[in-house]
Amino acid sequence: MSRLVKSARILLATLLATLREIFDEAAYARFLDRTHMPSSQAAYAAFWRERESAHARRPKCC
Amino acid sequence: MEMNKTLSVLVWIIVALLGAVAVGVVAIHRAEPINAMWLVVAATCCYALGYRFYSKFIAAKILALDALRATPAERLENGRDFLVTNKWVVFGHHFAAIAGPGPLVGPVLAAQFGYLPGTLWVLAGAVFAGCVQDFVILLFSVRRDGKSLTEMAKEEIGRVGGFVAYTAVIAILVILLAVAALIVVNALKDSPWGTFTIAMTIPIALLMGLYLRRIRPGKVLEVSVLGFILVLLAIWGGQWASQNPAMAHVFTLTAPTLAILIIVYGFAASALPVWLLLAPRDYLSTFVKLGTIGLLGIGIVALHPTLHMPALTRFIDGSGPVFAGKIFPFAFITIACGAISGFHSLISSGTTPKLIARETQTRMVGYGAMTAESAVAVMAIIAACVLQPGVYFAINSPAGIVGQTAAAATATISSWGFPVTAADMQALAHAVGEQTLFNRTGGAPAFAVGMAHIFSQSLGGATVMALWYHFAVMFEALFILTILDAGTRVARFMIQDALGHIYKPLGRTSWYPSILATSALIVAAWGYFLWQGVKDPLGGINSLWPLFGIANQLLATVALCVATTIIVKMHRARYAAVTLFPLTWLVAVTFTASWHKVLDPNPRIGFLAQARALAAGPSTGATARLIFNNRLDAAVTTVLVVMVALVLIESGRQWLGVLRGSKDARVKEAPFVMTQLAEERG
Repeated sequence: MSRLVKSARILLATLLATLREIFDEAAYARFLDRTHMPSSQAAYAAFWRERESAHARRPKCC
Repeated sequence: MEMNKTLSVLVWIIVALLGAVAVGVVAIHRAEPINAMWLVVAATCCYALGYRFYSKFIAAKILALDALRATPAERLENGRDFLVTNKWVVFGHHFAAIAGPGPLVGPVLAAQFGYLPGTLWVLAGAVFAGCVQDFVILLFSVRRDGKSLTEMAKEEIGRVGGFVAYTAVIAILVILLAVAALIVVNALKDSPWGTFTIAMTIPIALLMGLYLRRIRPGKVLEVSVLGFILVLLAIWGGQWASQNPAMAHVFTLTAPTLAILIIVYGFAASALPVWLLLAPRDYLSTFVKLGTIGLLGIGIVALHPTLHMPALTRFIDGSGPVFAGKIFPFAFITIACGAISGFHSLISSGTTPKLIARETQTRMVGYGAMTAESAVAVMAIIAACVLQPGVYFAINSPAGIVGQTAAAATATISSWGFPVTAADMQALAHAVGEQTLFNRTGGAPAFAVGMAHIFSQSLGGATVMALWYHFAVMFEALFILTILDAGTRVARFMIQDALGHIYKPLGRTSWYPSILATSALIVAAWGYFLWQGVKDPLGGINSLWPLFGIANQLLATVALCVATTIIVKMHRARYAAVTLFPLTWLVAVTFTASWHKVLDPNPRIGFLAQARALAAGPSTGATARLIFNNRLDAAVTTVLVVMVALVLIESGRQWLGVLRGSKDARVKEAPFVMTQLAEERG
């Protein structure tokens, strides 16, 4: 039973990590880490200034 | 240990036998309707066998994946583009990028041939071509510091390869965006409910952008859930809008009006800051996309519906109403993304190679994610084929083929052996909350009806069919508009990069005159083709979807040329058939399709024949424009084919040179560096 719970936890954690990566939350957390800034409007604006070009260049398939 | 091995062999023998039986049933069964579960079982077994054996063979014998070799994510890690990432996270990221509307729309259109051709092509194409392309291009990009396909083509094949790859990408983007916009126009024309819902997604996306910027910075998942709830409210509100005479009047739009609105929207989305519209819409669309695909999969397995479409229809002879042309080559260019899509090679050489922690993970991400994409295409085939064939053809056939009135259309379709009545169609339109479902070409409305049919039988019954239908329309339109936003941006950046070589300020992505000029240029390009499609008496899809399919498969041809060249240079020529076989098939398909589209004497197929027929017929105000458009389509197709032929010749010269020893066989890989990662992450 505990093995099942552990597996379910790992699965959920991976799913959440995937969603956080797809939705750029993880990228924002890394940005805050790297720049030693607390999360704020200014930090998010700075994050997007850095990220705008890379995000907009990301192709999405048909 | 020995016991485990025996058990494993036994399991794989059972999977192989089950797969063989399921494919056999799908292929041979003729007498009566077949259950969709046969397709599901056939697909599952084929993907499992392909992944377990074929991809492992490629990984071991050709690519020699090396778990000890540091990837660019490790060597160049910068916390931004290059980042060692959990393999499942990369898998999800890659799948979210490759899964677009293509695997949903293409199989629905190709269902006019019956369920069999599309199913066999999706299964064989994915296992032997699409998954292989995505896998090898991903690995080759990982070994070259995450370089793009155009850069690899330039380095490995030569300048011609690089130039053609670049031009093919721009051409594909332009045609893709036009086709995508046309599908939205056809799904929303004269549909106040759908138009209202989609219109509401724009303020919802703007609200999400502002919420993220001003209220809860960075809380994207939270705002996506909020956005999703608002979208559901917009679907519900759409019903009210369609029943309120004043609102219904405002939101009942003709195809040309919708086309103009989408062109204006495309320009705005390209020129506005990414955080304000593009990114929130992207988040919302991804959220809905992943959820809906999962839900549809569960719905199909739980309901295991019966397919009413026959295995093969009379239209394999090329006289199909949805699009003209014989099963070969047209089935193989109509279905791209679910079997093989050149566009995927851009993603395999884009963001994904910069996130891979180990070379060995490229198999799961490259090959594995494409099998998931292919499974989405199988779901689309099922959604289209659960409809009664008469209904399917009534929705997907243009008025120019079946007749302008309901009576004429049902009489024509019934005369083909697919009985349908005007009363059936009226009842169905009423059930999904539309005024009519006739002539809703483009594939999206038929898919939405099929999806609503499946969902309403699993959840809520017939009373909520209209809500499910508009949910499906919203899902597809949201999906497609995201492609419009992102595609217009990507093309704008590519044009700015190129123009920057001529005049430096034009290359600056923050210089507003350049932003406005290049946005206008790219929007004008796809807008022109969109307008052409809207004005086409045959519904536009007949001309534009094959053009898109040809362009997309020609890009896959370029990608496979690059892959084969690298394999030959790696002294693995004896295994080159792994990429050479799909390459040969694609050359046969695309070149034959191009020949037909340009030179076929049937005006419904050949662009030039149609131009001649128009010139010989009665002249109206639009005749001159239609003739010009057909000639332009013929010219675009010819230019693309000639360019790809040049890449083929150049690649062939490279292969022969290397095999004869007269050319340098050195590949342009980054030098080997031993990984410092203690153990495989994830």
